[in-house]
Amino acid sequence: MSNDVDLSLLDPILKKYQSQEGALITMLQEIQAVYGYLSEVVLTHLSREVKVPLSQIYGVVTFYAQFYLTPRGRNIIRVCRGTACHVRGGSRILEAVEREVGITEGETTPDLEYSLETVACIGACALAPTMVINEKTYGKLTPKKVMESLSRKDRKEREVE
Amino acid sequence: MNTVKLQIDDRKVSVVEGTTILEAAKSIGIEIPHLCYQEDMSPASACRLCLVEVEEAKNLVASCSYPVANNMIVKTDTERVAKARRLVLELLLSDHPYDCMTCEKSGACDLEKYAYELGVPTTRFQGEKHAYPLDETHPFFVRDYNKCILCERCVTACNEVQFIEAINLANRGFDTKVTAPFDRPLLESTCISCGQCVAVCPVGALVEKTRRFQGREWEFKKVPTTCPYCGVGCNIELNVKDNRIVRVTSPIDSVVNQGRLCVKGKFGFEYVHSPERLTAPLIREKGELREASWEEALSLIASRLANYKKDELAVISSAKCTNEDNYVIQKFARAVLGTNNVDHCARLCHAPTVAGLVQSFGSGAMTNSINEVSDAACILAIGTNTTETHPIIGLEVKKAVNKGAKLIVANPREINLVSSATLWLRHNPGTDVALLMGMMRVIVDEGLLDSSFIDERCENFDAFKESLKDFDLDFVERITGVPREQVIEAARMYATNKPASILYAMGITQHSHGTDNVIATANLAMLTGNIGKPSAGVNPLRGQNNVQGACDLGALPNVYPGYQAVADPAIKAKFEAAWGCSLSPSPGLTIMEITEAAYQKQVKALYLVGENPLLSEPDASHVQKALEKLEFFVVQDIFLSETAELADVVLPAATFAEKDGTFTNTERRVQRLRKAIELIGDSKPDWWITCQIAKRMGSKGFDFAHPSQIMDEITSLTPSYGGISYGRLENGGLQWPCPTPEHPGTPILHVGSFTRGKGRFIPLEYKPPMELPDDKYPLILTTERSLYHFHTGTLTRKVSGLNILKGEELVEINPKDASALGITDGDMVKVISRRGEVVARAKVTEVSPVGVVSMDFHFTESRTNVLTSPALDPVSKIPELKVCAVRINPVTSNRR
Ligand code: SF4
Ligand code: SF4
Ligand code: SF4
Ligand code: FES
Ligand code: FES
Repeated sequence: MSNDVDLSLLDPILKKYQSQEGALITMLQEIQAVYGYLSEVVLTHLSREVKVPLSQIYGVVTFYAQFYLTPRGRNIIRVCRGTACHVRGGSRILEAVEREVGITEGETTPDLEYSLETVACIGACALAPTMVINEKTYGKLTPKKVMESLSRKDRKEREVE
Repeated sequence: MNTVKLQIDDRKVSVVEGTTILEAAKSIGIEIPHLCYQEDMSPASACRLCLVEVEEAKNLVASCSYPVANNMIVKTDTERVAKARRLVLELLLSDHPYDCMTCEKSGACDLEKYAYELGVPTTRFQGEKHAYPLDETHPFFVRDYNKCILCERCVTACNEVQFIEAINLANRGFDTKVTAPFDRPLLESTCISCGQCVAVCPVGALVEKTRRFQGREWEFKKVPTTCPYCGVGCNIELNVKDNRIVRVTSPIDSVVNQGRLCVKGKFGFEYVHSPERLTAPLIREKGELREASWEEALSLIASRLANYKKDELAVISSAKCTNEDNYVIQKFARAVLGTNNVDHCARLCHAPTVAGLVQSFGSGAMTNSINEVSDAACILAIGTNTTETHPIIGLEVKKAVNKGAKLIVANPREINLVSSATLWLRHNPGTDVALLMGMMRVIVDEGLLDSSFIDERCENFDAFKESLKDFDLDFVERITGVPREQVIEAARMYATNKPASILYAMGITQHSHGTDNVIATANLAMLTGNIGKPSAGVNPLRGQNNVQGACDLGALPNVYPGYQAVADPAIKAKFEAAWGCSLSPSPGLTIMEITEAAYQKQVKALYLVGENPLLSEPDASHVQKALEKLEFFVVQDIFLSETAELADVVLPAATFAEKDGTFTNTERRVQRLRKAIELIGDSKPDWWITCQIAKRMGSKGFDFAHPSQIMDEITSLTPSYGGISYGRLENGGLQWPCPTPEHPGTPILHVGSFTRGKGRFIPLEYKPPMELPDDKYPLILTTERSLYHFHTGTLTRKVSGLNILKGEELVEINPKDASALGITDGDMVKVISRRGEVVARAKVTEVSPVGVVSMDFHFTESRTNVLTSPALDPVSKIPELKVCAVRINPVTSNRR
């Protein structure tokens, strides 16, 4: 838990929704937009300010898939777990990705480079097995192709920096 | 309220509008199966087991939340309903471990019960099953997620009943579970370990640790009795197997607490079975305590006590002991030893209440009842940290606030109730008279007073009004530190929202002007006519389980049982006739005076029962010196307390679980204590021990075979207890005054007229605390108490889980003071007063105001009362435990 979060960034949001009941979800969305995710420090502060129990806020945050309790990577990898991809070896693709970036589903690399998620079906079943990195779709994947696309990406990123 | 007529299973029923079908059915004895619904909590409607058919509704409806309507026709027992319910159960069972044969809850599990009743032996559904590890992180209970049926009862209980909101449902779908925020252990949340969640869980998902592996539900004997800790006097049931307490429960319909408990009552019984219990009498020989027989110990005491002159003897009784114990003990002091030197620890908590309220009203007790608090329109909670010290009354206050009551909290510290308060007056410690007189001045100046009440029911108003002249708001603001606008607002709020109830505790009493503080609350209530009415009144919250009873039964140096003055010749004659002996006409010494007399070698022998002055009295080092000067010192206790270690003879007493008797709670309710287990070791009930000493000293009138016989003697001599007998106490006890066997008891005092006739206004002036900060001792030390421990910790420190929840003293200090002293949170500090010094850990928190530090006094490792001031209130002789001057030095080593 980091203590150097700038809580003052919350003030405008708190002010805007002051005493507005039922604004919790909207507030959480705006807070996430500011910080990129919803940290414990921020949520604890929010709970105190809006007088909604932390347990309830935590319940809401974990109920909706759109909220993140941990920081997310700069690149989001989504591996498809839909039926078509599954029958064509989607699980091997997921394993390959996990090996390559060193994290499992739902995690983010410590350098905040990658977050790894799975999705139900991305609607590109003809290309199964598939994955999406940020906005770009990769199809007809094999573990080898996974290695290539990820390391290429990695290299490019490093060149840019 | 409109009534609604409907038909359930061919039977007609009429109920008030808004009732649910389930409740309506229940009222005519039809039980509809339910898992998530729980009486007195809002329905979660999560389980769907309570489905019923309603004619004209297409689908089955959830009866626990579906309101009745006129002419509704409900069927609770059709094949369609049964089928739907079976389906619900099958779905639940598809993700439930089949281990009823080893489950602790078996026999009391609702899922098991309904599966049996509806004939659902197994499930057709083969789905994914959870395999969570058992959560054993809480010291008092385990959570088995695999058994959880997500009924949400625990969540609602935590939210609505205890107002804690520590847990909620998190995640969704298959991953849904009940957690504290961030899926952290409960101990890292706001949880107060009350166990309410455990009490309401319908299955084996939440189970007390103490009852695990102890036996099946149906093997436990449940003995209804009274909590041994605080003055609320919660009704509990000791669950016993093989002479061991395995668990504490509380019936949902219990009179005092409606099934709610705090952590001490629910889980704090381990001490009863502690291996450290005294199990045989001890006699000091060549400096060491050795075991002895009862005969030897009792004879020794009888022969030694007989050697002293009457007023060289003193007796200290105990607010933890029963009414019967206290009666026998004071009778022993008066009739056998011939002295009125008998007192108990009420001197250290509510002596000013007795002294003050008797002057104002004629009776020194809570004027109203606990369950009235939640109907007050305004509550002034002054000098009480109610949620910590009287947890169930704290819940009533929060209930009132939820119903719209205004709550004024007057406290220097930011106590838990502040978060529920409409107005928080953060006055300087020891300035209560100024604050209350300031409020009264506003009430008088603005004409908000109840003149007809004052004219008809009170006296001495003009003299009192005159004394208000000194309390203009400039003065009040300067003394109290409370901005004048807030004083005005508080005055208006209190005066215009009726009924208004005043709650107070030791923040009012433990001052060198404690009696004045009490009188100020009484004046305020009379000024606004808030006396003798429901949900109003002046309500001193008594600390110990039986401090009310110990006072009532005359464990006080100036009065016999029922507050009958020892100095009154007629009263003396009455007791002489009853007890068959001559009695002393002169009031005896108070606790602090007894200690001082011991120091001066005027009192030479002391018989002390169930009290630990070494930790509880101010200036504890001086107390120790005094006790060491005694020639003969007998201590009767259940443990070898710090004080008992100084004794010449130590007598092993029985705990509350091993004896019959009665306790009187803070609302004057006399309640039964029932023997649940056999005596441990060679311990004996206190009354028995005292009677044995009396008999060996040749006295008659101590031949009691059972406490009920003592109660019969009490009622014959104590008018306010006149109508009480064990037979009448079976169902919920009786509130005194209860003068005759037909009298129903008195929930509200001073209705129609005051006990003393007219309520007396008493003029007051402001007196500062005796010891104020100066250059050398720049901080004020105030003392407090923790939810997790009791008094000097003799009992609660023997409960391992409570030591986990709070294991050491914490000196609370404001961040400003801390940083000026170079102290950070968790540092060890040395607290120094004119009388001594104590090392403890600092907790840096804004709960403590600038210039004030606070400590409790539960920990023998850091004896707070070494520091406190023995300055006495001249009227009630209570010491000023709430204010003394200290300085704090950082201790460099020993960082956490
Ligand atoms: S023990 Fe009490 S406070 Fe803690 S979670 Fe259970 S109900 Fe809430
Ligand atoms: S733990 Fe018990 S009370 Fe709480 S949701 Fe699960 S089954 Fe219900
Ligand atoms: S509130 Fe008091 S009487 Fe009730 S359980 Fe807690 S300690 Fe016992
Ligand atoms: S199943 Fe993977 S893209 Fe449709
Ligand atoms: S009892 Fe009605 S839905 Fe659970």
